[in-house]
Amino acid sequence: MNALKKYLGVVWILLGIYVGYDQITDSLAKITSDKLEDRVFGWVILCVLIPIVVGGLLLFGKYALDGEYDSNERKNE
Amino acid sequence: MVGNKAKAQQAISNRTLFSVISASSVGTLIEWYDFYIFGSLAAILSSQFFPKDNPTAALLSTLATFAAGFVVRPFGALVFGRLGDLVGRKYTFLVTLVLMGGSTFAIGLVPGYATIGFWAPLLVLLLRLIQGLALGGEYGGAATYVAEYAPEGRRGYYTSFIQTTATLGLFVSLGVILITRESLGVDAFADWGWRVPFILSILLVGVSIIIRMRMAESPLFSKLKTEGKISKNPLAESFGKKQNLKVVLLALFGATAGQGVIWYTGQFYALSFIQKACNIEFVQSNSIVAVALLAATPFFVIFGGLSDRIGRKPIMLAGMLLGILTYRPIYEKMYNLADLTTKQEFSDARTINRKLTKQPNGDLLMTVTTAHFYADGLVAKDIERTVTPNATPNSPAKPERTKAITLPSASFWLMTVLIFLQVLYVTMVYGPIAAFLVELFPTRIRYTSMSLPYHIGNGIFGGLTPFIATALVATATKANELTPGSVDKPYLEGLWYPILVAGVCFVIGVLYLNNKSESANE
Repeated sequence: MNALKKYLGVVWILLGIYVGYDQITDSLAKITSDKLEDRVFGWVILCVLIPIVVGGLLLFGKYALDGEYDSNERKNE
Repeated sequence: MVGNKAKAQQAISNRTLFSVISASSVGTLIEWYDFYIFGSLAAILSSQFFPKDNPTAALLSTLATFAAGFVVRPFGALVFGRLGDLVGRKYTFLVTLVLMGGSTFAIGLVPGYATIGFWAPLLVLLLRLIQGLALGGEYGGAATYVAEYAPEGRRGYYTSFIQTTATLGLFVSLGVILITRESLGVDAFADWGWRVPFILSILLVGVSIIIRMRMAESPLFSKLKTEGKISKNPLAESFGKKQNLKVVLLALFGATAGQGVIWYTGQFYALSFIQKACNIEFVQSNSIVAVALLAATPFFVIFGGLSDRIGRKPIMLAGMLLGILTYRPIYEKMYNLADLTTKQEFSDARTINRKLTKQPNGDLLMTVTTAHFYADGLVAKDIERTVTPNATPNSPAKPERTKAITLPSASFWLMTVLIFLQVLYVTMVYGPIAAFLVELFPTRIRYTSMSLPYHIGNGIFGGLTPFIATALVATATKANELTPGSVDKPYLEGLWYPILVAGVCFVIGVLYLNNKSESANE
């Protein structure tokens, strides 16, 4: 199980990168929209959601790869 | 040491414990009530404070709805969480209550745009930001406070009472709005009656403050303070140290993000869906949600108590999994209940009603209501409102068309059951979460550490659900207009956001979360 948790760290990092790419493209399109609601929504996604999702998943993935969430390691904390 | 702590906790009588729960729950309920009435009355408030023909006012309107709704909540969690770990739980969430209640009361008193112009939207935006900040600090305080009084092994049961408050707050706000609207009439309510629910909140806040003032500080925090062990810099300790930061991330991606989207889908997107996609009439749609909420609310406590016996993890993850697997069939059924294309109309029974009224500004409003009757008892009204500006009689009239569907009894109850199921999932993910978060972090940084993942999960991931879901539906509908049939059932496309977020959270939760508490009450 620890090995699976570790290897999945790569998946979380890739997921973070994919969500970042996908959402940055999408929010940039919204920022240039004619509608005010779309522009505000685009800025919220770009400035609030993307940093949390991308930064969080990258860090979570790194910790998973480092074995920070291994069962034995946690018991020893 | 552990034995002494257990004995000290056992010494806390049930009476004290339920006083603590009452003080925390009533305050949190009022905070949610305050928060929801703005959302429920958004359309009226927008016409009172934010005229659409002024771009600056329109920007403030959008920010007031967006920013305070969820973006500022994590900042409130940081500010008040830090205070709570430094000064104490009791005084911090007393401050959040005063800020929340005071700003809600003040919104009820702010003159409209017609009276004070640009100041009206600016004041409302500021008050909304204060509301959002206060809400960010309130929940962590209440959950921590109750959990630190609760005996070992019963934390899930006792903290689950706090979990009922968001639902009850929504329920009470819907009730107050419906009663005020019905007693004053629709026109008086739109004109000035909307202020009543805001102003009323001050009475509730006053009572809650008195109750909270009488309570003592949490025993675990008092003990830490006496021993001089409180954190000097809870923010740095919570997020600057890898040992805690990794738990914060786990709490976010393994529990609160999924919990947030399940919550907002079940309680908010469901209401928006039956009003906008199904066109269910205002009072009936709110009644459906109110009945479902009332029936499901006891399950917060049931699942909270159950989590003490079988663990928090299986219950929360089961709630997420049920949402992932059943959202699409549930929403399809909801849509079909009001889908007029599948129903047989009694064409001969159709009625047309015309009404001409003079508006306060002198304009003339022509309302033409065409009622269609269907074989299953459903009634659909096409309402066309045309405003003719009186001051400039030659200017073109602007027609506005809306649809209002009233479901027959059988469909009403079936729709209620479908919403109830969704709220039941909410009770599964939300009932045990306070105890789950409290147990993840040590007492000295608990308020700060648990508040942030909770409010990012709920405020950001959950709060964005209605907006992202609506945007996905709009994109699918547009795609279908360009290439007919390219998206099957575009009205269901909005569900992909909660399904995907809950899916990722479910996988992370299954693999990485421990079913047993980690820090407990050290």
